[in-house]
Parts: sequence; C-alpha cells; structure tokens
Amino acid sequence: MHPAYSVIFFTTASGAGYGLLFWLSLATAIAPDALGRWPSLAMLAVALVFVTAGLLASTFHLGHPERAPGALSQWRSSWLSREGVAAVATYVPAGLMGLLWLLGLAEGLIVPLALLTAAGAVATVYCTGMIYASLRTIRQWNRRDVPWIYLALAAATGGILFGLLGGLAGVAGRPIPMLTLACLLVAAGLKHRYWTAIDADPGAYTAKMAIGIPGLDTLRPLDAPHTMPNFVMREMGFTVARKHAEKLRRLTWIALFAAPALLLLLGVLTGLAVPVYLLAAISAATGVVLERWLFFAEAEHVSQLYYGRSRA
Amino acid sequence: MTSLPENTGTKLGLVIDLDICVGCQACATSCKEWNTGGYSAPLSDHDPYGADPSGAWLNRIHSYEYTRDGTSGTLHFPRSCLHCEEPDCVTVCPTGASYKREEDGIVLVNPDTCIGCKLCSWACPYGAREYDHDDGVMKKCTLCVDRIYNETLAPEDRSPACVRACPTGARAFGDLGDPDSEVSRSVAARGGFGLLEEFGYKPVNRYLPPRDRQPDPPAPSPEATPTPEPDGSALEALFAWVDRTLTARS
Ligand code: SF4
Ligand code: SF4
Repeated sequence: MHPAYSVIFFTTASGAGYGLLFWLSLATAIAPDALGRWPSLAMLAVALVFVTAGLLASTFHLGHPERAPGALSQWRSSWLSREGVAAVATYVPAGLMGLLWLLGLAEGLIVPLALLTAAGAVATVYCTGMIYASLRTIRQWNRRDVPWIYLALAAATGGILFGLLGGLAGVAGRPIPMLTLACLLVAAGLKHRYWTAIDADPGAYTAKMAIGIPGLDTLRPLDAPHTMPNFVMREMGFTVARKHAEKLRRLTWIALFAAPALLLLLGVLTGLAVPVYLLAAISAATGVVLERWLFFAEAEHVSQLYYGRSRA
Repeated sequence: MTSLPENTGTKLGLVIDLDICVGCQACATSCKEWNTGGYSAPLSDHDPYGADPSGAWLNRIHSYEYTRDGTSGTLHFPRSCLHCEEPDCVTVCPTGASYKREEDGIVLVNPDTCIGCKLCSWACPYGAREYDHDDGVMKKCTLCVDRIYNETLAPEDRSPACVRACPTGARAFGDLGDPDSEVSRSVAARGGFGLLEEFGYKPVNRYLPPRDRQPDPPAPSPEATPTPEPDGSALEALFAWVDRTLTARS
C-alpha cells in the first residue's frame, strides 16, 4: 500500500498525543494533586496539539475535507466513523478538565473527567488500529494484533512525552517511566511476532482464484489494461524491496525499541530526566515513523492479483 | 446508509463471456464516454495525451495467456465492479456515501456526500473503484443506473453502455436473482462463475469460461521440414547466385 505521509503523520502524532493524554489522565485520576495545576494544563495543551495536528493532517488526504463532519454518521458499521466519533467525544472531558485546571475549580469533578479522557484516548487509538485490521483485502493488516500494536506504541510514545514534559516541569515520578518501559517492551514483542507471522504467511489468494476460471493450469499476464499505472496500481501496488525493508526493520528496532528502552532505564537509574527523555523522544519519533511507513509499504493488496502478483 | 440491505430480491448484474471477448476495449471506452457525462460525471483524466496518462475508468480489460488441459489460449478479461451481495466497500464507508440499493442490488457512491477518504477502494479485492483526483470523490461502475431505467431512451438503449457497445455480444445484463432470466440461464448452461469466490463478498456478476478447444497441435520442428535435393537446373543456379550476392551485400 502506498505510504501517504499525511496518514503516517496522523497516526503517529495523534497516537503519541493520545498516549500522553492517557498517562496524564491516569496520573490525575490516581493522584489529582501530584502533578500540579499548571504542569497538568501544559501537558494537556501539548497532548491536544499533537492530537489535533494529527487529525488535521488526516483531513489533507481527503478529496472533500469540508464534508468531514459527515464521517461521524456511520459508526454502526465503519471503524473510520467510530474513530471520528471517539476523537470528537474525547475532546469533551479533556476540554472540561483543562477548564477546571485553568479556573482552579472543583477538585471532585476532575477524577471522573480524567477517567473519561483516558477511556476516550484508548478508544480512539483502538479504532484507528481497527480501520486497518478490519480490511480483509490486506493480510498484513487483517490481524488481531494490529490494534494492540497501535495501542502499545501510542502508550509508549505518549509515555516518553509525559516523561519529557514532567522532567521539564520538575514533576518527574517513577511509576510512569516504568510503565512506559513496559509498553515499549510489549510493543517490541508484538511487533516481533507480527513480522515473523507476516513473513511466514504466503497469502491465501492466488491469481488463478482472482480470474476464477475452473481448471486453469497456468496463467500469465499478457497486456495490462492501461499504458501507465492507474489509481489502483499507484495506491495499492506500492511495494518495497525485501532487502530495503529488512534494513528499515533493523533501524526501527534500534530507534523505536532498543535506544528508548536503554535511555528510559538510564533515566530511572540516574534520575536524569530531561536530556534522557529528549533523546528518547527524538529516537522514538524517528522509529515510530519508520514503523508506520513499513506498516503501509509492506502491506499487499489482493487487487494486485490482477496486475501480475501471483499470491496475496 | 452503509449498512447492507438485508436481502435484495433483484440482483442486477453483468454476465461476461470470456469465450468470445476479443479485448477490443469498446466496452471500456463507451463506459468512459457515457459516464463522464452521466451519474459519475466527470471521469477526470490527467495528462491524457502526455507521457504519463492516468484517469478514472470504471471498466478495465486485461489480457492473459493461459493453459488448461493441454490447450493454451489468450484470455481477454474485462474487470469492473461485481455489485457484490456482502461487500465491505459499503460497510467501511464513514459517510454513508457508499451504499447498496435495496431494490436492485446496485452498489453506488453518492458523489454529493463522499469525502474522498478512499477507504472503500481499499476494501474492494477486485480493484474496481477508482478515485477521481479532480472531483475528489470515488468513482465506480453504476451499472448505468441512469440508462437502465431511463424512459427518455429507446427501449433497446436501456442497458449498460458496455453491453450496448460490445461488438461480439460478450456482455449481457439482467437479473441474476431470477433463476429464469436469460442471464441466469446462460450462467447455468455454460458453468458461469464469480471471481475470487473464496474471498466471500458474494459477487453478483458472472463470467462464462472459455469453451474447451482442440488440443494444441504439436509445434513444427525445423528438422521435420524436408529440404529438396538440388537438381542442377539453370533456375536453381540463378537463385543460388541471387542468394550469394544479397548475402554478401548485407
Ligand atoms: S466489486 Fe468491489 S466495489 Fe464492487 S461491490 Fe464488490 S467490493 Fe464493492
Ligand atoms: S471514498 Fe467516499 S464512498 Fe469511499 S469510503 Fe470514503 S466517503 Fe465513502
């Protein structure tokens, strides 16, 4: 599948934003006063900037962004619609929480709002993962672990942001870095399983099935229907060379998992927060963009069986 | 609405005879011609006469080479939306622009509400949907919904443009939900099949397979062609001289 930059930016930026929102809300729900009013507000603002920038970027690849509100209507059947509903709904408790912090009001209300915000963040990222996981036309996406990988990576990247901002505000604590580290390790484990599985799966459908004529012995494309690639080939026929993909996978391992994990450990052991988290954030950001680029580039679409691919 | 209708009694669709399709592209061009002015209008092209032409078409004709039971053949293979009974291209749509009609099973895109997110094209295993970059909405075969019920057209023209255009009569249109319709009977008689049935979208359009052929004759081998013995005639000497002269020149 063609890796569109707007979609890569959207899923990674909003993923990190929702991750940050999740940890902030969780910390607030458990210990409402621990972070302090202004650091909390600042973190909330950063989280919403990430989320909103991502959502705006995702509208760039629409043909008619001005009609985007219509996308909230089909939540009964469409994961894309559900994602939109969850995203919009999450703004409500998150915004109210910010308002309370801004006005310094109503201690009692903050906990339920924080819990709702955390739930909204999880729901939105889960829906993002399910948009891909629900497509049976792409075996690399149509997997149960896809939404969990999205969730684990959002939690890990958001946790790194949380650590960085907490460090800057001088309110760094211990539990969240350890949880972030755990999410990073879970994501690494899931991703390892994912790559092993997609490499071992040859694809259930063949070009002969696509043509459908019973009893064919051999089939080979002779003339393409068009002289230059059409939309279907450009959008769904993107492929990345095996060697190239392996190199990028190795880079992803280092940038997204190994380096941030070591840096987080270092941070926990030494108590250094800002420089360690800054490096971890830069490395993880590069890594997660690579991971998302590969998620698209390695995805093979069944329609390409008509264009010369023999299995998908 | 992007929820699928419970059940459509009428299942309008196409039956394409792969035995007689000659791959002339008449159906594709007449589809383009009708639909760039009809329900799907426009069907934009980019750089149509330049080095990198592309554009939205609703029907594409591939050619393949196949072997089957010791025979080989060329296969011309038109590919368009199969108006599936249970397609995810409808249910993934966030706006309800992609829908399946209850009354006749036609799968359509509403060009006034489509946001151009392209998700439906990702959900189609047949590559039947093409995005229009100028119009910003998804395009697909409409089964010429603006012809088949159109009372301002002569009765013989109330069928899809591709069916009307096909010079060999390889395309037929009708109700595949009615076992007694002409199309259903030809499917039953010829062993018609659907594409990628394993996938499970229950495509409505049917294809008729190429008929069985005589086995391919054995390929002639060069040794088998007898070379006549020289007879020493003047005519033979003349040809030998011509042959030598021309060979020397080239
Ligand atoms: S052929 Fe593709 S576009 Fe047409 S109904 Fe089936 S899945 Fe949808
Ligand atoms: S491109 Fe249009 S018709 Fe297709 S899923 Fe998106 S909104 Fe629906």
